[in-house]
Amino acid sequence: MDLRIPHSEPSPDERAAVDALLGAPASGWDGGDRDVALDGRVARRGLRAIEARRDLLLPAIEAVQARVGWVSKAALDYIARRLTVPPAEVWGVASFYHLIDLEPAPPVVAHVCDDIACRNAGAEDVCAALGAEGAVADGATWKRSPCLGLCELAPAALLVRAGATPTTEVVAPATAAAIATARAAVDGPADASAGARRGDARLDEVRRSVPQAGDASLQLLARVGVVDPGSLDDYRRHGGYRGLTRAIELGGAGVIAELTAGRLVGRGGAAFPTGRKWQAVAGQTERTRYVVCNADESEPGTFKDRILMEWDPFAVIEGMTIAGLTAGAEHGYVYVRGEYPVAAARLQAAIDAARAAGLLGADVAGTGARFDVEIRRGAGAYICGEETSLFNSLEGFRGEPRSKPPYPVAVGLFGKPTVVNNVETLANVPVLLTAGGAAFAAQGSGTSTGPKLYCVSGHVARPGLYEAPFGVTVRDLLALAGGTSRGRPVRAVLLGGAAGSFVGADALDVPLTLEGLRAIGATLGSGVVMVFDDGADLPGVLRRIAQFFRDESCGQCVPCRVGTVRQDEALHRLAARPPAAAVADDRALLAELGQAMRDASICGLGQTASAAIESALALGLGDPVADAPTTGGAR
Amino acid sequence: MSADHDDGADRVWFEPPPRSVRLPMAPPTPAPATITLEIDGREVQVADGSSLLDACASIGVETPTLCFLKTLTPVNACRVCVVELEGSRTLVPSCARKAEAGMKVHTDSPRVRLSRKLVLELLGSSVDLSQAPDVARWMARYDAHPERFGADAATVAQPVKDDNDLYVRDYARCILCYKCVEACGTDAQNTFAIAVAGRGFDARVATEADVPLPASACVYCGNCIGVCPTNALVFKSEHVMRGKGTWAPERQTTTDTICSYCGVGCTLTLHAQDGRIVKVTSPLDASVTEGNLCIKGRFGFDFVDDEPAGDG
Amino acid sequence: MFGAGGGTSSYREIEETDLVLLWGSNARETHPIFFHHVLKGLHRGGRLVTVDPRRTSSAQWADLWLGLDVGSDIAVANAVGREIIAAGLANQEFIAEATTGFEAYRAAVEPCTLAWAEAQSGVPAEAIRELAHAYATAPRAMLCWTLGITEHHNAVDNVLSLINLALLCGHVGRFGSGINPLRGQNNVQGGGDMGALPDRLPGFQHVENAPLRARFDAAWGVAVPPERGWHLTGMFEAMDRGELRGLYVLGENPAQSEADQHRTIRLLEGLEHLVVQDLFLTRTAELADVVLPAAAGWCESDGTVTNSERRVQRVRRAVPPPGAARDDLEIVFEIARRLGADWGAPDPEAVWDELRRVSPAHAGMSYARLEELGGIQWPCWDDQHPGELFLHSRLWERPVVGPRAGFHPCTHEPPIEALDAEYPLRLTTGRRLSEYNTGVQSGAYANPLRRRETLDISPEDAARLGVGEGEVVRVSSRRGAVDVPIHLDDALRPGLTFMTFHFPDDVATNLITIDATDPKAGTAEFKAAAIRVDRLSP
Repeated sequence: MDLRIPHSEPSPDERAAVDALLGAPASGWDGGDRDVALDGRVARRGLRAIEARRDLLLPAIEAVQARVGWVSKAALDYIARRLTVPPAEVWGVASFYHLIDLEPAPPVVAHVCDDIACRNAGAEDVCAALGAEGAVADGATWKRSPCLGLCELAPAALLVRAGATPTTEVVAPATAAAIATARAAVDGPADASAGARRGDARLDEVRRSVPQAGDASLQLLARVGVVDPGSLDDYRRHGGYRGLTRAIELGGAGVIAELTAGRLVGRGGAAFPTGRKWQAVAGQTERTRYVVCNADESEPGTFKDRILMEWDPFAVIEGMTIAGLTAGAEHGYVYVRGEYPVAAARLQAAIDAARAAGLLGADVAGTGARFDVEIRRGAGAYICGEETSLFNSLEGFRGEPRSKPPYPVAVGLFGKPTVVNNVETLANVPVLLTAGGAAFAAQGSGTSTGPKLYCVSGHVARPGLYEAPFGVTVRDLLALAGGTSRGRPVRAVLLGGAAGSFVGADALDVPLTLEGLRAIGATLGSGVVMVFDDGADLPGVLRRIAQFFRDESCGQCVPCRVGTVRQDEALHRLAARPPAAAVADDRALLAELGQAMRDASICGLGQTASAAIESALALGLGDPVADAPTTGGAR
Repeated sequence: MSADHDDGADRVWFEPPPRSVRLPMAPPTPAPATITLEIDGREVQVADGSSLLDACASIGVETPTLCFLKTLTPVNACRVCVVELEGSRTLVPSCARKAEAGMKVHTDSPRVRLSRKLVLELLGSSVDLSQAPDVARWMARYDAHPERFGADAATVAQPVKDDNDLYVRDYARCILCYKCVEACGTDAQNTFAIAVAGRGFDARVATEADVPLPASACVYCGNCIGVCPTNALVFKSEHVMRGKGTWAPERQTTTDTICSYCGVGCTLTLHAQDGRIVKVTSPLDASVTEGNLCIKGRFGFDFVDDEPAGDG
Repeated sequence: MFGAGGGTSSYREIEETDLVLLWGSNARETHPIFFHHVLKGLHRGGRLVTVDPRRTSSAQWADLWLGLDVGSDIAVANAVGREIIAAGLANQEFIAEATTGFEAYRAAVEPCTLAWAEAQSGVPAEAIRELAHAYATAPRAMLCWTLGITEHHNAVDNVLSLINLALLCGHVGRFGSGINPLRGQNNVQGGGDMGALPDRLPGFQHVENAPLRARFDAAWGVAVPPERGWHLTGMFEAMDRGELRGLYVLGENPAQSEADQHRTIRLLEGLEHLVVQDLFLTRTAELADVVLPAAAGWCESDGTVTNSERRVQRVRRAVPPPGAARDDLEIVFEIARRLGADWGAPDPEAVWDELRRVSPAHAGMSYARLEELGGIQWPCWDDQHPGELFLHSRLWERPVVGPRAGFHPCTHEPPIEALDAEYPLRLTTGRRLSEYNTGVQSGAYANPLRRRETLDISPEDAARLGVGEGEVVRVSSRRGAVDVPIHLDDALRPGLTFMTFHFPDDVATNLITIDATDPKAGTAEFKAAAIRVDRLSP
């Protein structure tokens, strides 16, 4: 055999998990029983089939993880055989993701977030109470996790139980006791009613995360908590699919004109004009095109996309459908981060309902156009939020970024022209089309138009997702969130997440617009507004951010792979209160590292890995002496 | 074919073939347009489709590269070849970036020098580069001081993997340039015995589950060794000689010849020391091999040196 | 092909063609770097179809693999030809303008229906049909083969049956379309080109063609014998008849490489005088009266070799030969001198320049140009000529320049040795990646891939025989028996077994192979013996 795949036998569970995804093997040459009469005479799928179904590699690995709780080498070999992917590459992919365990693990794992928002809320105390990380007791273990996107409920944990019907449970606020209680509950049957709670109960639940829920003036969050996220009828009764109807009336060129008039820009962080992106794809000579919804929301401090997907999933599907019709794509993917099981489940239900109603499929809403959507799950890799890494991940390769140019509008998923948009951006599309471009552009200010979602967390009284126009100030948001939580003054605000930047208390009145923040060297990024009062352990936060980038660097390029390590090391040296000369050296080193990472890294991860740290140090926020922790557990 | 045909009636087997009327040629491809760009203030003309690295080379601007090799797809991972392109927010990798008309490029600006210096320092502080010949020169050129990251800086130091008779893998020297993975993969050998595994600073070139090479798909073509820029992958023979202190490149000659095994006609470069073949490589520009060999061509030379065991 | 004894095409074309049809060749293992070019083509979107009894590592790359019964190649080829004609896919213009004998071919293949071929070969008719359509409809297609075609009792017909397909589709003489035997051994091509064939003079010029021969008579000042000699198997037959009594063997090991080893050794032992010139004291050399130790041509001497794309390439001395070993050229010159012909000092370049004077196809290949151009593909008519990328473009001139190419109807004949109750398994032989022929060269190096000789059998046969991996069994044919360990290989189907001949000192595979040979080419039927397998212990 040229493709040398060991003949190790997967366990029945592992085989069942893979076969449930891939179907039964077609021949003895791809892992089935050998039918000598045929397999001895003809084979039709050569090794070049490596490319053919490779995109099912990560789903297959995830299926085993979900079923068994870890993925054995025998299971990987079986997947290799089924998909004709070399075992070394299967290993390379499987070992890339946090959420894939390649060593035996118990069926239940509590992923305990120790990232900045949860750290602010005492995550270190939770971890300390849980004992040794990785220790197994009662068929369960626990691990630290980077941001779970539950910052408004911090400190948070996510319990995952592997099995034929895997279940998950969010524990927030997390304590060792709450995790233990949930651990018992997670052994029971899945709570099918979670998404279908009615009326006030639902609204109450949602208001924990979206304090404005139910407010009639909301646009993006109008249906959140108000409608049953599983009901297409409910969605339609509340304005759903009016955007698609309008898009069909307008036609492709008309939609692009409206988007351009509305000056909608991407909400994922890069703020690229959406109309231009769609137009670029629509204008390609290549006819096979894709729409990708980037739902790999992993930026620490960000949870807006999760809430949209969980509580208004049809809006995302509607936005994608409009994108598909406009760009001439017949297939769309939603790449949902692995830490969002509920979002993925509700999106899947929405896709199924939309398809059943003729709003997806071979003839979308009677237009004769074909468009359908498939969900793919991430498996724990921040880098996969970078669009080209996301493509690689989705195609079954390691989630490493690609060199740009070429850009996705020309060479994207599977090498084809691709519209890739963030969840929030897509949710804006029906809003914009329903209101009209001009009305949309009338909101906000300058190039920052339309409604915006802000993920407010940290030391505020009512952390949560807030909708407000572009141009509000941090002080406005602080007011919405009930002020600081501990009655202490604001020391710093982290805007845009770990890849964003810190601003001081003097920036509370800067308008949160793209241009307003650019003027002070900051960025709104994914809409994170994380507040730190003067009791926050800012040096510890900086080290956590440095560790985050060190952990999440894919390792492809030198500046990021080694630079994030050196940055982390320098911050640890600074924390040891060295002599002034050494501090100065390390500050200079950090500045040079930052410059090289920003200039020479392949992708946005490395390019922004020093941004928050450099901004804090520039403001004197992370000084190990001046900002020594006064409360909270530093790690 | 050597088989004769003797039915007598057929002259074509008997007469030499007539000379072609027209020279057999590949279908013509249109010559690429020439584009003009500016590098370090000098106007440069290159064929459309050239990389910035090609453009720099065409005017004698030496650009350091580690992960680039002309026979492999650029992965632009090492970033030591970055240049400053006016209008670009970040520096761009010259190996992968195509030259475009009107570009203005700077190859020795402070930003370029800083990034190249840092890349060399980051590698030098984490990887053993002592057998990477060009790196020391570049370190001097960019005033790189890897030691400034301190004695406690994390490194990729690890035990040598010595698990077979032909290769040694010393990943303490590995800069993760991906060249070996590409050579083992679709760019040459298509055996896929190795891939990058793990992530971030812990990413490593590995077989599946890091099994020893003999348990992997490896077919010992040595094409990975042929492309390794740092001697992380090295022939066992060289490794042993280096260990004994008998490896003496200054006493070595190189001679191009043709492999004596099958009839494909692979060009071998024989590295001989003291009248013995000590290493076999193949030139990247040999049309038959493009630098690649199989196990027999690469390693099967011992028979001229020793009495074979028995005669079998 | 058609008067020029070489593959028609270049490796580069393999990368740029639309379809490669690899027939009876496991190039992935036997021609690894050639297969690199195939793989480049695959990655560019080309297709690969393989025809081979085993699903070899080459076949694993194929978009379509046909696992035919050993020795049923002509049945499949004829059915492919019939299907191409029946489906209207034949290249009528090319057939009309550039070929002869089409009607006879059509008539000959008419009975060869897909169903008939399925019965003869075991390959489902549908798969044969797929092959026919894929080959005929590809804009460009390459047909390549190796010993799977030629190590049969009907080797020449096997080859002709494939060439017929190329003629049918016009897949020859164009860029990306050609027919190519892959040379199993270094410089087999060059040896033939230099006249090391029973009927050829240097430059592949026929010895029985008087005007050609006259050129050599004039150049050498002697009368060249006007008749062809014997090929290898013919020599052994002549030994058997007592007509051949002395033999000078250069760089061959027939005592181990020929089929039916008992007979070969008996004949060699019966010679009056045997001279062996070799790098090693081979099994053949052990039988010799005189052994002349030779230098290794590829690294201890200077000269040229010619590869499977007709590229003449320089070999160079990198290390001195050991001990008393001498360059082949030196030895031959010395023998000539002692026979009374003083050729002067042996100089490889001078010998080569002499060849250029007598072989028009090599005329333009000075050492300087070979160096400069990295080898040159013959023909190279003069010192301005770049060599030819592919042969037979003349067949696409209208009218055709030179003779047309002829169809040669071929009839399927199964292997000489049919399977029966006593010897129910088919044994076929071949090579492995890391080994080479009888192992005199490849046996010396440390080789992590080396596993000694095995009888490879299907898991189903192993189960039926009650044998497991590694168990030593007795393999018997009508000619002899060897004891060899079992290796299970799912590239094999029940009834089909495989051995190499790399380890003749451990397991003399050629004790059991059959010595039936092709009457035209003299090639032996290494590929098809009938065997039985018995457990050594109950």
